[in-house]
Amino acid sequence: MPVEQLKYSTTHEWVALDGDTATVGITDFAVHLLSDLVFAELPPSGKIITKGQPFGEVESVKAVSDLYAPLSGVIIEFNERLTEHRAADGTPVAAQLDLLTSSPFDAGWLVKVRIANPAEMDTLMNRQQYLAHCQSSE
Amino acid sequence: MSYLFNTPDEQQLMLDRIGVNSLDVLLDQIPKELQLQRPLQLPLPLTEIELEQQLRRLASQNFGAGNRRCFMGGGAYDHYIPSVVDEITSRGEFYTAYTPYQAEASQGTLQAFFEFQSMIAELTGMDVANSSLYEGGSGVAEAVLMAIRCTGRSGRVVILGSVNPQYTETLNTYLTNKSTEIVVAPTLDGTLDPEQLAQLVNEQTACVVVQQPNVFGCLEDVEALEKLTHQAGALLIVSFDPLSIGILKRPGDWGADIAVAEGQSLGTPLQFGGPFLGILSCRQQFVRKMPGRLIGQTVDREGKRCFFLNLQAREQHIRRAGAMSNICTNQGLMALRATVYLSLLGPMGLKEVAELSCRKAHYAADRLSQVPSCELAYQKPFFKEFVLKYEKGAETAIQRAAKANIDIGPALNCLPGLDWITDSDRDQCLLIAVTESRTKAEIDQLAEALAN
Repeated sequence: MPVEQLKYSTTHEWVALDGDTATVGITDFAVHLLSDLVFAELPPSGKIITKGQPFGEVESVKAVSDLYAPLSGVIIEFNERLTEHRAADGTPVAAQLDLLTSSPFDAGWLVKVRIANPAEMDTLMNRQQYLAHCQSSE
Repeated sequence: MSYLFNTPDEQQLMLDRIGVNSLDVLLDQIPKELQLQRPLQLPLPLTEIELEQQLRRLASQNFGAGNRRCFMGGGAYDHYIPSVVDEITSRGEFYTAYTPYQAEASQGTLQAFFEFQSMIAELTGMDVANSSLYEGGSGVAEAVLMAIRCTGRSGRVVILGSVNPQYTETLNTYLTNKSTEIVVAPTLDGTLDPEQLAQLVNEQTACVVVQQPNVFGCLEDVEALEKLTHQAGALLIVSFDPLSIGILKRPGDWGADIAVAEGQSLGTPLQFGGPFLGILSCRQQFVRKMPGRLIGQTVDREGKRCFFLNLQAREQHIRRAGAMSNICTNQGLMALRATVYLSLLGPMGLKEVAELSCRKAHYAADRLSQVPSCELAYQKPFFKEFVLKYEKGAETAIQRAAKANIDIGPALNCLPGLDWITDSDRDQCLLIAVTESRTKAEIDQLAEALAN
């Protein structure tokens, strides 16, 4: 989904809504602030998340930061490529955290959520509002 | 400790440097009525000869493991400390209680802790160890908090009644403001019947805490306890005696997820209750949930081996309120002593210390069993410590031994939270520990003292 059509939270998460499934990631602005990411901890499917509450963590060389849920709902999938995992044939695959830097709005997505309350979408910002928010927080 | 001068000249120098005229001006901010308006009532100064004599006189009134025979157990033991331990650890470059604040500037200290971690990982059979905690009790408590983080379960923690009750007390303190229920599993025969554990673990249980050998010296059926713990999806925390590893299985071999220990027996003397040494190690998958300082090895820009603080972004000095724990340091000097002690002993030395302690303890148990008013409280395999039941009461036993310059105990009624043991048993039972430092003659003397 083009960045113009995404919705944004003040805590720098983006949301792409498709039916009742929201794909959530963090913005290029957030990735730039965090710098040198080394580890991501993402919630397993089935986990219930609540808007405004931490649902995971990203760790950089200098700091560990919480990821805040932009919407409430149930996790249906997390981006396995961002975590150490095993391929179908059982070989271990290292986490590809560079996806967050190279493709924060696409391949670097974090989780997919079945949303509980569509009205919460209205509390999020559009692209223009978000860019203004970033400017004011710089 | 070096002598720090504090003459009037130096006081004036310091005052001048900070731009204050006098001590009175410096203390101005303390209200007059709170200030002492007269000199302290101290004895007159002594000459060096007088002072040394007086200090020697005072020091000679001290009694301890150095001038008596120590058979005391309960978590701190009189193991022999080779002179090399003091020689190396008293070097000025090493002599600090903490990880330095400018950690990477002190490569020697970091290397020592890296060696410590490597040896502890080998000793426990676990993947990774931190550079130490305060003592065994905080080790247990931090391991439990860690298990709650790892499992996402905070409903219940099961701890065996045979874990050192002081550790359980520390755990209670750590969990005071949490809703987590601490379930103590009574160990009526000296160890826990694994079937009892099955009744206590549920899907909300974060972990089961087992001590091996336990506080009564007995060996638990860790194999069976491990199966039940993991079947319930809980983590297994094993509190172990580092020197027992000379002859017993390692916590990692039992399937422990987190292994903790009191490390006092690794080169730290008995000294009025502390400072001691907390050991904590775990499996690789839990490393990011581990509290405390963790030293890593890397290369500098010239490709030379060097050491650094690793995975610290989760700790308090960086993450503040969101930190893994409130531990900001390690027990540096004691960890260093353990490092020197372990490298001096090596695997063979460790085995010899363990075998000697074990054999002497079994001789003592046999010998004391022949004394009319003595019997062993539990008929279970043990390592170097056992519970002695004395017909005339544990206090009487302690006093009789004391008259022969022998220290035994503590009595079970001195340990907190053992209310599932009957009053009469607690009054009659006490701990006896036998290290490699004890001799056959000393054990015979103890038996004679208790026979009278």
